[in-house]
Amino acid sequence: MITFTDVTFTYPGASAPALADVNLAVDEGEFFLVVGETGAGKSTLLRAVNGLVPHFTGGTLLGTVTVDGISTVTPPRELADRVGVVGQSPAAGFVTDTVEDELAYAMENLGVAPAAMRRRVEDVLDLLGIAPLRRRSLSTLSSGEAQRVAIGSVLTASPRVLVLDEPTSALDPGAAEDVLAILTRLVDDLGLTVFVAEHRLERVVQYASRIGVVGADRRVRAGFPADVMVDAPVAPPVVALGRLAGWLPVPLSVRDARRAAAPLRERLAALVPHAPARAATGETVAKLERVAARYGSVDVLHDVDCSIARGEIVALMGRNGAGKSTLLRMLAGLKQPTTGRVLVDGARPHELASTALVRHVGLVPSDPAALLYERTIAAECAAADHDHRLRAGTTRALLDRIEPGLDPNRHPRDCSEGQRLALAIALILAPAPPLLLLDEPTRGLDYAAKARLSAVLRELAASGHAVMLATHDVELVAETAGRAIVIADGEIVSDGPAREVVCHSPVFAPQVAKVLAPAEWLTVGEVAAALAS
Amino acid sequence: MRPRALHPVAWWLWALALAAAALRTSNPLLLGLMIGVAWIVVAARRPDAPWARSFGSFVRFGIVIIVVRMLLQILFGERLPGHVVFTIPQVDLPSWAAGVSLGGEVTKEALVASFNQGLQLATLVICVGAANSLASPYRLLRAIPSVLYELGVVVTVALSFAPQTVAAAAGVRDARRLRGRPHRGLRGMRGLAVPVLEGALDRSLELAASMDSRGYGRHGDMPANRRRVAQVATLFGALAIMVGVFAVLDSGAPFALGIPMLAAGSVLLFISLNAARTAASRSRYRPDVWAAPEWITVAAGAGAVAALVIAGHHDPEALRPAFSPLHTPSLPLLPALGILVAAVPAFATPPLPAELP
Repeated sequence: MITFTDVTFTYPGASAPALADVNLAVDEGEFFLVVGETGAGKSTLLRAVNGLVPHFTGGTLLGTVTVDGISTVTPPRELADRVGVVGQSPAAGFVTDTVEDELAYAMENLGVAPAAMRRRVEDVLDLLGIAPLRRRSLSTLSSGEAQRVAIGSVLTASPRVLVLDEPTSALDPGAAEDVLAILTRLVDDLGLTVFVAEHRLERVVQYASRIGVVGADRRVRAGFPADVMVDAPVAPPVVALGRLAGWLPVPLSVRDARRAAAPLRERLAALVPHAPARAATGETVAKLERVAARYGSVDVLHDVDCSIARGEIVALMGRNGAGKSTLLRMLAGLKQPTTGRVLVDGARPHELASTALVRHVGLVPSDPAALLYERTIAAECAAADHDHRLRAGTTRALLDRIEPGLDPNRHPRDCSEGQRLALAIALILAPAPPLLLLDEPTRGLDYAAKARLSAVLRELAASGHAVMLATHDVELVAETAGRAIVIADGEIVSDGPAREVVCHSPVFAPQVAKVLAPAEWLTVGEVAAALAS
Repeated sequence: MRPRALHPVAWWLWALALAAAALRTSNPLLLGLMIGVAWIVVAARRPDAPWARSFGSFVRFGIVIIVVRMLLQILFGERLPGHVVFTIPQVDLPSWAAGVSLGGEVTKEALVASFNQGLQLATLVICVGAANSLASPYRLLRAIPSVLYELGVVVTVALSFAPQTVAAAAGVRDARRLRGRPHRGLRGMRGLAVPVLEGALDRSLELAASMDSRGYGRHGDMPANRRRVAQVATLFGALAIMVGVFAVLDSGAPFALGIPMLAAGSVLLFISLNAARTAASRSRYRPDVWAAPEWITVAAGAGAVAALVIAGHHDPEALRPAFSPLHTPSLPLLPALGILVAAVPAFATPPLPAELP
């Protein structure tokens, strides 16, 4: 259905190719998963399927890409009835006003007869379970709903191939499962070919029929999941647990792993997880007292009471739109609470001037690139030293602690996602705020970068910082946090030690906990340490 | 009436007619009445969508226009004789700058004249703002003939550019605060432009890619050279109609120019649309209907223009009140009634469909 023959692609002005010598054939009805480290060229590979690369990017493409027998020499619009593409942020691609119009948009362009259009819109509304949304304005959708509508908007053109770039990475665990259930249904029932890139392997690897690994050498190696996962550079926790316990074939899903895990559970029964102390150690840094927040006429948070102490890492969890980011924005002084009191380090953050604010609290937004303006890493560090009247070199030293050895003359744009995040954390920490906040820090991070981040955060907490992170990534919470707060519908519904909170929740439990339940193990690291002792 | 959205072209024709009426008078009472009519209709029939929230900004922009127009008059304007309100120091300009004055006596007459001119411009802007918040830009875009592919992309991206720039600017301001840099006032503006434009451009490109991936502008079976002919015919047709309308409306233009231009434009448009239709490369889901409410809306707008055109022939004084001697302007009956007719769409159009929560 999709074939890449000797494809080498170079972006305009780039010295090295983004894809090298790619030979790949994807059959009809496959669920093909593309994995690889950040910046390896996954998005480029995806966008080459319908010709957005090179028609929208420029650059030179050698070799041929064909879909359903048609070469991508023709522009993407002529392939619209064969390939549907959903980008990383689906809301950015919406053209019309309402859900129904958006679903019909592709069919209008293809000239589908009105009667057929009405029928197909109804079919897709039912297929994706979005019939209640049909008259909604697109601007009011949550990100999970937007993702499903975006899939629907390309499905109505009845394509043979569906291409999705990180369809679940911005979604909470529940919404992600909805989207994946839809994709498997399209493959199983309708014989669609699905071509998808995703970092969150723990969510998708069990559904894939084959996996293509984009390596550091820009080549793509494809194979069956059980074979690829034996030694792939990226692996979800369930695979890592399987490698540790020596299970063959390597389990890809919690179900497979649980069947193989009975002996392991017995061996671990006598042991308890030896986790480093993650409880609060110091004095209280931040406090929210009966805080409520609203945007316009919408109540986002109400009656929120909590406090954060030095030395603890608090994970803030909950559905998309539950109010996590709003809570962080209030702590960071970007939003004033409607009622109640927010105190950080003894001051009300929204009343502080920005130069004073940064000494009390720092927030790394979900897109760390928003914090970066300068042309080189050295210039960014120098600007932070100058802004906060620090001795020259202070910020650079901090950056070296977090991510050693970055080339000072590199443009931040050319860094990997993980390196940009490290730089942003260093810039925010330069004025030494006792409270560090991170909003969705793992978006676009591969497993290696995530492990690095988690180590950095633990080190910061050990040195007396209080850290709070809002995240959907249960594996990061399991690796990092000592305390977890779950927000639902603007209220705190649970607040306690992370181990208890996540292990007792079917939605937020990490894979290792699901495999080894009812014992409360969180990470592969814990299991390995217990077995070694 | 069954709830539905009115045809966007009807709203635009109505608003443009109101704007054309505003061009024919400088009577502040009539202009104020027009603003009131636009306000009432917008309040009654504005949907709850992001693009529909812009009316307030257009009104604020109108007020800025009036203030700027009066300031320009006070500083550089023509010195109208009359009742002196105050005097600002006069600068003697060299002889080559004859005709421009800087400073001097500011008279009541000059202030009133500049206020009226500013109000007229503001009314035009508010009429456009009303159309902007009443008619969905996307639905209007569907009315663009499919042969004008490039134009369609440009307009869609342009329409999404402004709200995206606003969102990007808010993000960058937040980021500056988080970095401990000034984020408000003039100092905060420094270094804002590049990241904001970059962010908005990125998103615009993504939108264009999404449109293209979903088949926007497919050639279908239409051969390329025929497509070019249709494009040229459409553009020139629209241009000719514009010149024709202008010539008919503007009393100073030769009448002979208007009608032939309108006719030529219509023929060209007919040819190109016909060419596009035979290619049949696009279809419509729930096409916007054009029924009685649309006719009523357009007729209401046309009524206002007609009343002002007729009044202009019978009683030009009332439409363009003189400034010297200064006197309170009167409210002429016929134009006032005509403008009030333009408020009919506020209740004669179908109500908007309620959005489910």
